[in-house]
Amino acid sequence: MERMERLTLGLGVAVMAIFFLAVLVLATGFGVDVPGCVTDVKPFERDTFFQRADGRYELHVIARMWSYQMPSVVLPAGAEVDVYLTAGDVLHGFHIDGTNLNLMAVPGTVTYGRVRFPKAGEYLIVCHEYCGIGHQQMMGVIRVVQQ
Amino acid sequence: MELTRSYRNLIRTELVVPLVLLVIGIYGGLMQVLFRAGVLHYDPLLKVLMSTIGNLFGIEALRNIDWQSSIMYYWGLTLHGVLNAIVLTTFFAIAFGNVVVPYFLKLPLNTRVGWLSAIIMLVGVALAAFAMFTGQASVLYTFYPPLKAHPTFYLGAALLIVGSWIGGANWIPLYRRWRREHPGEKVPLAVMGMLVTFIVWLIATLAVAVEVLFLLLPWSLGWTEGVDVPLARALFWFFGHPLVYFWLLPAYVMYYVMLPKVAGGKLFSDAAGRLVFVMFILFSIPVGAHHQFADPGIGTQWKLVHTFLTYAVALPSLITAFTVAASLEYAARQRGARGLFGWMFRLPYFDRERWVFGYWIAGLIIFIFGGISGIVNASYNLNLAVHNTSWVPGHFHLTVGSPVFLAILGMSLFLVAQLSGKEVRLKSLVVAVPYLWLIGVLIFSWGMMRGGLQGMPRRTYLGAGALNPDMQGTAFFRADWAPYADIAMVGGIIMFSAAVLYFVAFFATLVSRRVKEAQVELPVAEAYHDEPVRALNRLAPWIAAAVVLIVVSYTPVLYDVTRSSFKPAPAYLPEYNIPEKQLKESAE
Repeated sequence: MERMERLTLGLGVAVMAIFFLAVLVLATGFGVDVPGCVTDVKPFERDTFFQRADGRYELHVIARMWSYQMPSVVLPAGAEVDVYLTAGDVLHGFHIDGTNLNLMAVPGTVTYGRVRFPKAGEYLIVCHEYCGIGHQQMMGVIRVVQQ
Repeated sequence: MELTRSYRNLIRTELVVPLVLLVIGIYGGLMQVLFRAGVLHYDPLLKVLMSTIGNLFGIEALRNIDWQSSIMYYWGLTLHGVLNAIVLTTFFAIAFGNVVVPYFLKLPLNTRVGWLSAIIMLVGVALAAFAMFTGQASVLYTFYPPLKAHPTFYLGAALLIVGSWIGGANWIPLYRRWRREHPGEKVPLAVMGMLVTFIVWLIATLAVAVEVLFLLLPWSLGWTEGVDVPLARALFWFFGHPLVYFWLLPAYVMYYVMLPKVAGGKLFSDAAGRLVFVMFILFSIPVGAHHQFADPGIGTQWKLVHTFLTYAVALPSLITAFTVAASLEYAARQRGARGLFGWMFRLPYFDRERWVFGYWIAGLIIFIFGGISGIVNASYNLNLAVHNTSWVPGHFHLTVGSPVFLAILGMSLFLVAQLSGKEVRLKSLVVAVPYLWLIGVLIFSWGMMRGGLQGMPRRTYLGAGALNPDMQGTAFFRADWAPYADIAMVGGIIMFSAAVLYFVAFFATLVSRRVKEAQVELPVAEAYHDEPVRALNRLAPWIAAAVVLIVVSYTPVLYDVTRSSFKPAPAYLPEYNIPEKQLKESAE
């Protein structure tokens, strides 16, 4: 192997190793993690929203063609929400724009993610998985107010 | 190499049919950027085309279509994905292998088996096309259940795959015979590349064949009540990522074997090419879960394993970037280039006699951005920022939509002209196409990717959603996405223009007068460094290692998927928000 070729390969390995390390630091140090495997919650039929503790909330959403079945949500700035999501019919997406919460709603399963809303505002929920001809209208909103 | 009539017709059929269908697929692409930006809400050409087909063949389904704009959008999106990314690429890979393998091994292809494969693939495409064109398969090219397509769509997909297996398997006897007759010799690099293409394709398609034959087809025929959606998704993505290498590998064969020759130089390192192909056997497949970072039902630790392996599969592309650049630099220095960067300006970019160079170099320039954005997608938690946003199609139009696409366009024209004994017509257009495409796709993808970072979703008819002026004043109206959708539209129009110029030149060549003997003469580069590496001359050990990696990386994924899935899902049609069964009962 040529010297330059070895150098390129070494650089490539080093760059990918640094990226992998960065991903790990982001997941463990900053708590930005992808959803895992939920086996202890069965798909639910009822949506709900309640406060668990000071600044801590829990939201259960059912994604359906072509809207989110969920209570209207108004949160104080800084609130942290545990979101449980299932799909009532076909695949849907659940991306709260401006946050790191980006979930797939898959029929027959439940998924979970935690999201914090540091600032007041209207957060758009976008269905980003094709779910039939009304897909483009499938959006929701979470309102966060200053207290 | 003797070219029989049957052989020439086989290759030409495999190249021309998908390119004719591509006209519709490309048109679909144009419609999407217009619909997304909200400039257009009605596709008159589609309606005329479909009504004509309906009347000609007496297809009732086509006469009764409700011509809503959103139906048109997702219809066109399905055609765009299936015809461009599945039909064109699969046919091309088989056709290209049918040329490359016999050419380099100097052995004749068994055209009977070749035709059997082509006919099965064509029947498959016809069946799937029937379902798509009659609006009964608007499920996009990923066909995720429980949205249901007409059974002929799944049957067609299965036949396309089976036909491609037969086509690829047809290369094996030639390879074995060559091995017997040339003990200890290095198999030609191009042949190795095509064999790897087939191996990756074969392993990957096993999963999607299981999905289609055992889950989706019986379910779409009503034989089973429901379908296990998470399992179907895991099987699909087992296939879905190696699919991108199946797209890419024929282009890599061109970059390694042909590009250096056309540029006027040598391949910098033969062993590097072989190492790259071997790495694709190893790492193409055990990485599919990186498409499912946002999915439930797969433990985070397994998602991390797939991230790690995806990073490993970035390495062969980094090596390729080096080897191709080094080969081009060598070629340019042979042509008298000086200085550190001078070689970049001494390449035959606009040389009419080497027009095919542009189709490779433009693709390679675009691929730099495609590769970098791909690493973002693969990066575990970073993916949360871009998953299913328009960043993703922005990215893959810089990979499959450019380097792969342009390599297919260039090589198809090159081969069809040679096999028909024709001179390429309208060479000025032919030379301009890849660079016009380059300009268009960079604008398009910038708009899509930048919008994606702002939360703009993919596969969504935005013109009737978040960019619908009627929504103004609500939280659902996203004025901030509009400029990005508009920029993507401008890029899309330029890409469409480039494709139109190509089609004009391609079909002009096709119908032109025959001027010489039919022949196949491929540019073949010598290697600058040609040391043999024994470990890279055999494929079987690497395939065995790949199988081990796949078992290790996928067993826990499939285990998680089964234990998180609670009930199978009934079928839904894209037009109705109640299950198909209920729909039928209420109609009775």
